[in-house]
Amino acid sequence: MDRLLPRVLRVDLTRKRSWVEERPDLFRDRLGGTGAAIELLHELCPEGADPLGPENPIVFAVGALSALYPLASKTVALFKSPHTGNLGESHCGGRTAFALRLAGYGALAIEGRSDVPVYLSIHDGGVRFRDARTLWGMGSSVTVGRILRDVEPGSGHRTILRIGRAGERGVTYAAAIAETYRHFGRLGLGAVLGSKNLKAIVVSGQGAIPVAEMGRYQKLYRELHERAVRSDLMKKYHELGTAQNVGPLNEMGALPVRNLQATRYPEEPAFSGERLAQGYLGRRLACAGCPVACIHLAALREPHPEEPYFYKTTFVSYDHEPLYALGAMLGVEEAAGVLKLIDAVGHVGLDAMTAGVVLAWATEAFDTGLITERETGGVRPRWGDVAVYREMVRRIADRDSEFYRVLGEGVRAAAARYGGAEFALHFGGNEMPGYHTGPGALLTYLAGARHSHLDSAGYAVDQDLLRRGEELAPPDLARRLLAEEARRQVLSSLVICFFARGLYDFPTIAACLGALGDDWDEGRLRNLGAEVLRRKHAFKVREGFRLATLPIPERAMTTPAPGGAVDEEYLRQALAEMERWLEGNDGLEG
Amino acid sequence: MAKRLAVVDVERCVDCLLCAQACARRFGEGGLARSAIAVRSAGGVERGFVVVVCRACDDPPCLHACPVGAIEKGPVGVRVVLDRCIGCKACVAACTIGAVRWDEGGGKPVICVHCGLCARFCPYGVLALEEVEGG
Ligand code: SF4
Ligand code: SF4
Ligand code: SF4
Repeated sequence: MDRLLPRVLRVDLTRKRSWVEERPDLFRDRLGGTGAAIELLHELCPEGADPLGPENPIVFAVGALSALYPLASKTVALFKSPHTGNLGESHCGGRTAFALRLAGYGALAIEGRSDVPVYLSIHDGGVRFRDARTLWGMGSSVTVGRILRDVEPGSGHRTILRIGRAGERGVTYAAAIAETYRHFGRLGLGAVLGSKNLKAIVVSGQGAIPVAEMGRYQKLYRELHERAVRSDLMKKYHELGTAQNVGPLNEMGALPVRNLQATRYPEEPAFSGERLAQGYLGRRLACAGCPVACIHLAALREPHPEEPYFYKTTFVSYDHEPLYALGAMLGVEEAAGVLKLIDAVGHVGLDAMTAGVVLAWATEAFDTGLITERETGGVRPRWGDVAVYREMVRRIADRDSEFYRVLGEGVRAAAARYGGAEFALHFGGNEMPGYHTGPGALLTYLAGARHSHLDSAGYAVDQDLLRRGEELAPPDLARRLLAEEARRQVLSSLVICFFARGLYDFPTIAACLGALGDDWDEGRLRNLGAEVLRRKHAFKVREGFRLATLPIPERAMTTPAPGGAVDEEYLRQALAEMERWLEGNDGLEG
Repeated sequence: MAKRLAVVDVERCVDCLLCAQACARRFGEGGLARSAIAVRSAGGVERGFVVVVCRACDDPPCLHACPVGAIEKGPVGVRVVLDRCIGCKACVAACTIGAVRWDEGGGKPVICVHCGLCARFCPYGVLALEEVEGG
């Protein structure tokens, strides 16, 4: 292991101090990323901490392969989530991992609260606390990025993380935005940054990373690069991006539509990957160090409201999840409408997925009379009405009245206040992702560390079982999901993009580490995965999480998945098995 | 036949920095400290990118600017004779397109040698080695 990776940059916003702490233990035994960050969180976050209080730390971490191997291009952030009141984990691409690693840090831990709005400027080994009062309250997160681009050094090898208005005002699902089109989306990192009066973080670095065995490293790099470039993985993510999922999910009846009242549109949605690529795709981008370039920017051309022959062209990045949440969930029919909503949500800095599910809940609550124009302030939410949804997004970010304030805390809070719990699509407080494929997906949402589809790919297991016409007994499905979830802890400790999961099996990872002078084998990696997963679970339990009593949204049970309606009892049995494993110490079959 | 590195289709650049990483590996290290090629957004990523790399001038300003003769003509482009270099950065200032990069650790310039390693790792054909005219 090189001597730079174990350096943890600690920042105390209250005292405006920073220092470097050497933590070889975390990076040697845990490889960095989630594995290291969860330990730091256990150490730095006091039990029962207020997520929006100065005592809640934010830990960013990269891993042993970051900036060295293809697709080890993500950064993980761990914090206590203001949205669920529990473990918050979020991953982001862009240039953050590259910049942190080349600045000579394995992790960045931020604590305390500044008395005035500041941003952090981290270059050439120095940390500066810069006044951000001018940036605070600015209409658009895009403008903030533009300004920082001009005033900060490091162009070409820096990251610019920032929050929007939603984060400043404590909307519990506010995102942090990197490089304009990448996000730490889920679980409210933006609100935690806002609570610290921290508007942005700029990091640049272009150091060298020593490599123990250059010949071996070069050879492995070449092989991985070749495989990444030639594989279908690259082709499908590069060509259509994750948006390619929209069409097939719709066809199989697994795309949540109108708050999961339905699971498909009668025809291929206007915002499917193919149709967006044909009509709107303007540019593709990659995270630093990734050959795949799955980031798709749509060019949205809108006529000026008053001036004839004047157009505004906006670039909007689209992915399956925002398309699902701000398109299908809201019953939007045209592609431009979804893009406009994604853009609106990005400007104020909300998590697109959560925002969509919240608006969907509000629409159904309005339809059923649980809320009226009195609550909404004269706004009439209606399926597919993009203009109205845009207005609501603005009001949520501004926390404009009692009703929008509650909407700014997610559907769990909204249902607790106004009713409609049976159609409030949240899992442990976190809103539903865009796959209604069956029990595997639902278990992933319930039990995963992020309550996200990316936790253990339950949706992929569902589809695999459907294809084979197989069914698994609850404990078997539970163990299969846990095994994959444990494996993913290794990937997220190295912070390898999950899209590259097929590329990085354990022998490959061991070889990659070997070239860097680190001695790992399959067994040790497997143990690490299980251990990190249990350490995360321990943090969750410490903060009051109970798998056994987790509410399961009724709507997810009554609206059938492709294999039929999911049975609650089945899920409960699987959850019991998961809990037994997470709190015990027996091993899992790979 | 001498070949020169050229940016042949910058529209396809996705800012993955694999080219810059590949260049740095020439020195047996990871990172970007001694990479001779840089990629920057052209004012926001939606506008696309510029790839900054030596153009192999016929009459190189960087060479003329060097007060101690540490930059010499190479087969294509220039070569930096490191132990002659005094770290004054005159070459950096002289190259109009900013293609002389600076190795902060070593305090010396880094200039592309037109080996083409970067082009081999660019997944999108942005870079290529081209025959030098009359070369
Ligand atoms: S470094 Fe700049 S000035 Fe020197 S040869 Fe290359 S392009 Fe010309
Ligand atoms: S041609 Fe060689 S020296 Fe020049 S940028 Fe590419 S890899 Fe570096
Ligand atoms: S490798 Fe190619 S696509 Fe990637 S940054 Fe370099 S020139 Fe652009």
